[in-house]
Amino acid sequence: MALLLFLALALVALLAAVGMVTSRNAVHSALFMLVNFAVYAIFYIMLNAQFLGVVQVIVYAGAIVVLFLFVVMLIGGEIGAVRSSLRRYTYAAALILGALFVAMIGLGIAQTISTDQTVAGAPAAGGVEAIGMALFTTYLLPFELASLLLLAGMVGGVARRYKALDED
Amino acid sequence: MVPITYYLILSAVIFTIGAVGVLVRRNAIMIFMCIELMLNSVNLTLVAFANQWGNLNGQIFAFIIMAVAAVEVAVGLAIVMAIVRHKDTTNVDEIHLLKW
Repeated sequence: MALLLFLALALVALLAAVGMVTSRNAVHSALFMLVNFAVYAIFYIMLNAQFLGVVQVIVYAGAIVVLFLFVVMLIGGEIGAVRSSLRRYTYAAALILGALFVAMIGLGIAQTISTDQTVAGAPAAGGVEAIGMALFTTYLLPFELASLLLLAGMVGGVARRYKALDED
Repeated sequence: MVPITYYLILSAVIFTIGAVGVLVRRNAIMIFMCIELMLNSVNLTLVAFANQWGNLNGQIFAFIIMAVAAVEVAVGLAIVMAIVRHKDTTNVDEIHLLKW
């Protein structure tokens, strides 16, 4: 049952990813990305990471996709989609490199963990309480650094905006 | 229960789709979306391993990655907007100020 659900969702995620990369329209790409992120949220819940599943919906499917859609709306999608002659072999080269990369990772996965499928410990419940306990005790320093990073990003975005206003 | 190998292979394939997209697409916003795709597939790997080993370290790691990704998108899209105002293009082939 869980396996069937996984396979169906994996197919949706794969198709959404391919659609995102190949879509000509940037808005369609953003919507495909939204589908992909939503499927990932379900995966997180299937993997006992309930808190991360909710955060995935709020942060990625909510904030980031909306941000992308705003910017696409402001600058009008595909500007300057001129095909340059330097880029003739890009598709073939990228596809070959991608296939090699997947083969490499697949080989690594097959060699290392195909023999041992047992769960090492009891599955940890990733609820708000457990995540909060870990985040505010063991991982307090990374948490504070992340807050500093968020502050820096916010100040940077606002400063960039004021600089652009000054130039007008 | 789904074996962890399936999750790893799925996230490897989606990571590669994102990497191919970064190489193929010329629109700066599309490249950002592909980077988000890659970050997400790494998150899936981390959460799958956290479930496999029965501790929360991978989930915390994925949480921090989400925070970094949010900041990266905000700042990156601000930069794209600034470039569009100056050069009127999002094609990365035409944005080569730092390349000689």
